[in-house]
Amino acid sequence: MSVLVGKETRVLTQGITGATGQLHTRLCREYGSQMVAGVTPGRGGTDFEGIPIFDTVTQAVRATGANASVIYVPPAGAADAILEAVDAGLPLVVCITEGVPVLDMVRVKRVLDGSPTRLIGPNCPGVITPGACKIGIMPGYIHAPGRVGVVSRSGTLTYEAVYQLTGLGIGQSTCIGIGGDPIIGTSHVDALRLFEDDPGTEAIVMIGEIGGAAEEEAAAFIAAHVTKPVVAFIAGQTAPPGKRMGHAGAIIAGGKGTAAEKMDALRRAGARLAPSPAELGVTMQQALREKGLLR
Amino acid sequence: MNIHEHQAKEWLRRYGVAVPEGQACFTVDEAVAAAERLGFPCAVKAQIHAGGRGKAGGVRLVKDMRAARAAAQELLGRTLVTHQTGPQGRVVRRLLVEQGCRIARELYLGMVVDRGAGRVAVMASTEGGVEIEEVATRAPEKILRETIDPAIGLAGYQARRIAFGLGLAKEQVSKAVAFLAGLARCFLESDCSLAEINPLVVTAEGDLLALDAKIGFDDNALFRHPELRALRDPSEEDPRETEAAAHDLSYIALDGSIGCMVNGAGLAMATMDIVKGAGGAPANFLDVGGGADAAKVKAAFHIILKDPAVKAIFVNIFGGILRCDVLAEGVVAAAREVGLRVPLVVRMEGTNVERGKQILAESRLDVIAAADMLDGARKAVAAVAR
Repeated sequence: MSVLVGKETRVLTQGITGATGQLHTRLCREYGSQMVAGVTPGRGGTDFEGIPIFDTVTQAVRATGANASVIYVPPAGAADAILEAVDAGLPLVVCITEGVPVLDMVRVKRVLDGSPTRLIGPNCPGVITPGACKIGIMPGYIHAPGRVGVVSRSGTLTYEAVYQLTGLGIGQSTCIGIGGDPIIGTSHVDALRLFEDDPGTEAIVMIGEIGGAAEEEAAAFIAAHVTKPVVAFIAGQTAPPGKRMGHAGAIIAGGKGTAAEKMDALRRAGARLAPSPAELGVTMQQALREKGLLR
Repeated sequence: MNIHEHQAKEWLRRYGVAVPEGQACFTVDEAVAAAERLGFPCAVKAQIHAGGRGKAGGVRLVKDMRAARAAAQELLGRTLVTHQTGPQGRVVRRLLVEQGCRIARELYLGMVVDRGAGRVAVMASTEGGVEIEEVATRAPEKILRETIDPAIGLAGYQARRIAFGLGLAKEQVSKAVAFLAGLARCFLESDCSLAEINPLVVTAEGDLLALDAKIGFDDNALFRHPELRALRDPSEEDPRETEAAAHDLSYIALDGSIGCMVNGAGLAMATMDIVKGAGGAPANFLDVGGGADAAKVKAAFHIILKDPAVKAIFVNIFGGILRCDVLAEGVVAAAREVGLRVPLVVRMEGTNVERGKQILAESRLDVIAAADMLDGARKAVAAVAR
């Protein structure tokens, strides 16, 4: 079991003719994902390595039965690409694009409210259910099928965590990169809820970072609703206030959004904090052993 | 991107937001001429990208030409230290000379992107001239709040609710509604990330005026606002951060001794944290990005080594899209070209890692290899101590 994506997921790529779209559509197909369609306006009727390309998302969905979309469209057109996927009724949309204007996301978020579409990202590595379906840019080979759910605002730091888990023989149910932007489609809380409800997930790794209050909200949700062990790490403990640390959302503003506050909230909610990013794997190993979930 | 107060006011005027008459001045003579034209009393205000200028002595009220000249002479070229500049302060390179006004009330008005709500929020309070964070801690009930539906914009009733909530007189409410509508339109149409009018004053004549104005713009939206890009003032930015941005690198200078080069913002922050945990201090945050190539790696080395405080470099890469062999080639090329003056610790994991390690080994560079992040951080700290 897993969440969001699996063997049955049929993926269409928006922006399939760009360099990034081509590279990762190829890599996802090699991993075993069903890459069924591509969309690039004006390129309908052609194909990318046998994958049919359409002018619009609606056409692509009708012709191929795609039920998920991944977006590699450049920032200026990314919000429009999300809106097109929502309009086509796709249940899952994963936006990889980095640099989408915040006010574009304000409008997208308004349209997502009440729609059946779940958006992951933008500015994220994507979603992977190891051994079944990979949507996004994460290196597939570091993952292993298993029962730990991973949710993170970061890309490479997630790879780091997954690599440690796999190295210790701990597989993953699904890994969700929710993205480093201030306004994103799926929050930590949304991902925690999915993992809590998933019978195939036994424990959760949550990786947050400075900025905003998403981790504090996650802590409140953990305290009230999560029964599974949660191992957490917050990046940016040494970040200076007022400076944007690479991610558009990673900024301590007005004294709020510090790592210390977030770690404190998570600790009080019963999550286990990894003492360093190098110890995410062993902290989870210990948590699983204590629960009798690992020998 | 931040802009100066005088630029913010000029920008706001386009949207019908009431601001005092004023002029940006770069020399003492310009300032004196501007003061003469605007009449007395007037304000001579230091223009730097930081708040707290008033308390630091950067704003002078002058009553005649002699005082205007004296104020301009004192402020231009002076280093102003406020609670937002850090101890090194900022050099004042331009002034805003502005018509004075008679103040009856000082209010606060701000707009920000509310991350949790996913919408633009309007905040107002009767505590003008005070930082909103302070009001939020001390007297949160004094903050009036409205969120803007992006499909509608700021609705008339929301603006009225704020105006009445601020206790404005009946004849000022329509002026406040127009002021708020203009500010909201400015925010939404020019992709602001922050717009703050503090204080918003009610004059003795009953007019509303933006006495101070601070606007920040979303860097990711500048591509559709070429006019705004022209307002950038490079002298207000860290030159290393500007150079890094030109190479599409994300760099922030810190005050430690271990230069860090990492791919991905989260891992870069985590690397700083682990360096600190190992007893060291990071000299910078540096994210080379997912699609880095040898040229970018080289540029990153240049920038790190420009910092004289750097006593060791810690490269921490998890190769996904960025392959370890490409990184290793970049490191070797950069080290040869730049000349390594400090110990270099490299930790690589991920795609093509064996080939990457081989390239480093064959280069005969004096590279300290690390097994994992923690090992790398410890080795970098040890290298500095030596």
